[in-house]
Amino acid sequence: MRAMVYRGPYKVRVEEKDVPRIEHPNDAIVKVVRAAICGSDLHLYHGMMPDTRIGHTFGHEFIGVVEQVGSSVQNLQVGDRVMVPFNIYCGTCFFCARGLYSNCHNVNPNATAVGGIYGYSHTTGGYDGGQAQYVRVPFADVGPQKIPDWLDDEDALLMTDALSTGYFGAQLADIREGDTVAVLGAGPVGLFAARSAWLMGAGRVVVIDQLDYRLEKAKEFAYAETRNYAEYDDIVVEMKYATDGLGFDRVIEAVGAEADGNLIQHVTAAKLKLQGGSPVALNWAIDGVRKGGTVSVMGAYGPIFSAVKFGDAMNKGLTLRMNQAPVARQWPRLLEHIRNGYLKPSDIVTHRIPLEHIAEGYHMMSSKLDGMIKPVIIPDED
Amino acid sequence: MPYRAEKPPLAETPEQLRARIPGWGADLDPADRPSYPRERTDLPTGAHWDFPERQPEPYPRERSIEHTQLPPVFGTAQPLQGAAGAIRRYAYDRFSEGRAAHWLLLIAADRVESTTEHLKSFATTRPDNPITETGILSEPRRHPIASRRGRVDVRHQVLDPLIVAGPWIAGGLAAVAVLRRVLR
Ligand SMILES: NC(=O)c1ccc[n+]([C@@H]2O[C@H](COP(=O)([O-])OP(=O)(O)OC[C@H]3O[C@@H](n4cnc5c(N)ncnc54)[C@H](O)[C@@H]3O)[C@@H](O)[C@H]2O)c1
Ligand SMILES: [Zn+2]
Ligand SMILES: [Zn+2]
Repeated sequence: MRAMVYRGPYKVRVEEKDVPRIEHPNDAIVKVVRAAICGSDLHLYHGMMPDTRIGHTFGHEFIGVVEQVGSSVQNLQVGDRVMVPFNIYCGTCFFCARGLYSNCHNVNPNATAVGGIYGYSHTTGGYDGGQAQYVRVPFADVGPQKIPDWLDDEDALLMTDALSTGYFGAQLADIREGDTVAVLGAGPVGLFAARSAWLMGAGRVVVIDQLDYRLEKAKEFAYAETRNYAEYDDIVVEMKYATDGLGFDRVIEAVGAEADGNLIQHVTAAKLKLQGGSPVALNWAIDGVRKGGTVSVMGAYGPIFSAVKFGDAMNKGLTLRMNQAPVARQWPRLLEHIRNGYLKPSDIVTHRIPLEHIAEGYHMMSSKLDGMIKPVIIPDED
Repeated sequence: MPYRAEKPPLAETPEQLRARIPGWGADLDPADRPSYPRERTDLPTGAHWDFPERQPEPYPRERSIEHTQLPPVFGTAQPLQGAAGAIRRYAYDRFSEGRAAHWLLLIAADRVESTTEHLKSFATTRPDNPITETGILSEPRRHPIASRRGRVDVRHQVLDPLIVAGPWIAGGLAAVAVLRRVLR
C-alpha cells in the first residue's frame, strides 16, 4: 500500500509499505477514505516529539471502510463506513471506566502519562497512522462508529479530532451564560472552540491570532471578534483593555508547542528543542484571563519542561483545565448539533490534496501558505 | 471596572445573540455537555471484556518502567533497531518519565536515527531527496510572498532550511578540514 512516512525533521515522503495485519482479536483493518493533517502533526514534522521514528506513518484524523475484522469484533462488519476517534483506548481500564478515554492505560507501553494515539510517535504507543491507504484500528468495538447516512464525509472526518477537540475545549472552559471568552489560535481547533463557546452561552467571543485570513474565518464561521496580536505591542494589555481592565472570564488556548509571539520562546522550543513547547500563548492565557477565571488548554506540549508563568496562575487563583480530547464522548451531542444546523464542520476545509503530494501539504501547513486552514488528504483518487 | 463589584455590561443581550448565532445557548445547561462532569462511570463504550485479551509480543517490547506490566495492546510499527534503538532501549529501561534524562535521550536517539537513516538511504534505490521531501516545490504555486506578508513567524521561518541543510553543511566543512589535514 501507499503510506506517508517520516524521514526526519521537515521531511516526509510516500512509500510502499505492507498492508497492516490483524494483531489482536479486536483489531480491524480500515481502508482510509479521507485523512487530514492536524496542527498536532506539525509537532512531529518539526521533530519536537520524542521518539518519532524514521519510517513512522502519521495521521490521527481519518475515516474509512472496514476491510477486515478480528475474531472478537462484534459491532463492526466488513464494508461499514466508519469514523475513528484519534484516541486508541480499551474501554475498561481504570481511566476508560471513568470516561477518560484519552488517558487509557492499556494501549501505550511507551508512556503512562500519555494515552494511545494513531500515528503520533512511539511516545503515544507506536501505532502507524491514517495518512495511508490502510490502517490498523485496535479495539474496533470501542472507538470507531458507523458514519450516519446523512453525514458528509468531510464532516465525519472533522468529528475524529478538530471539531470534537474544539467542542471539548469550550466545555473545559466552564463557560456560564454571558461569560467573556478569548480563544488563542484561529486554527481548526480554535475556530471550533470559538464556535462552541456560543453553544455554551458565551456573551462575547474574541479570537486572537496573527494570520489575517484565519481571523477572517473566525469572524465569518465563528461569529467572533478578532485581534491580530502582531498589531499590538503587548496583546495581554489589549486583553485587559478589551474587558475594561478585568481580563476575560475564560480563555481557551488552542495554539500549543510552537506558539509565536516571543522569538526566544519559539526558537528554544520549536527549533532548538530545549523546552517541551513554547508556552507563549499559554502565558498570554494565564495573564489575560481574569482573577478566579478558567484557562482551558487544548494546545499540545512535549513531555519535557516548558517555561510557564506558574506564579501568575497561582496568585490569580486560576483554574487550569486541559486534556487530549476524549473524542467519541463528544459524538452523540455533536451529531445533534450538526443535524440541527448549528454548525457545518467542513466549512473550514481549504485544501484537498492527493496522498502522493502530502509532502507539499506538510510544507504548506507548516509555513501557513495559500490560505490553508484544514487540508484533507485523499489516499485514492476515486 | 474591576475596582467595583459590577461586571461590565455586554454589548448584546442573550436574545440578540440567540437571533444572530445558530445554536446559541444550546448547551447552557452543564448537564447537556458531554464532558460534564469530567469523570463518569455510566458511559457505554462497546467493550465486552473486563480485561482485554493480550496481543502476542513478537519481540521484547520496550516499555516505560512506570508500567508494572506490558499493556495488553500496543503498536508494533518501527521496532527498535541499530544505534538509535540501543539509546532508546536504555532510556526506557533506566529512567522514568519523570526524569529529564529519559526524554533527552529519546530526543538524542531521534537525531542519531535521522542521520544514520539518511546516510543509509544513499545505499538504496531511493535516496532521501531534500527537495521533494521538504515539499518546497509547492512554493511557487502557493503565493509564497503574499502568504507571508506582515507575519511575525517569518523571522524564524528562515531557520527552517538551516535545520534541514545545516548538518550537511557542517559535515561537509568537517570533511574538507579532515581531507586538508590528511593531504598536507
Ligand atoms: N487536546 C487535543 O486533544 C488536541 C487535539 C487536536 C489538536 N491539538 C493541539 O491544538 C493546537 C492547535 O491545533 P490546530 O490544528 O488548530 O493547529 P494550527 O497550527 O492550524 O493552528 C495554530 C494557530 O495558532 C496561531 N498562533 C501561533 N502563535 C500564537 C499565539 N502566541 N497566540 C495566538 N495564536 C497563535 C497560529 O498562527 C495558527 O493559526 C496544536 O497544538 C495541536 O497539537 C490538541
Ligand atoms: Zn490532532
Ligand atoms: Zn482504557
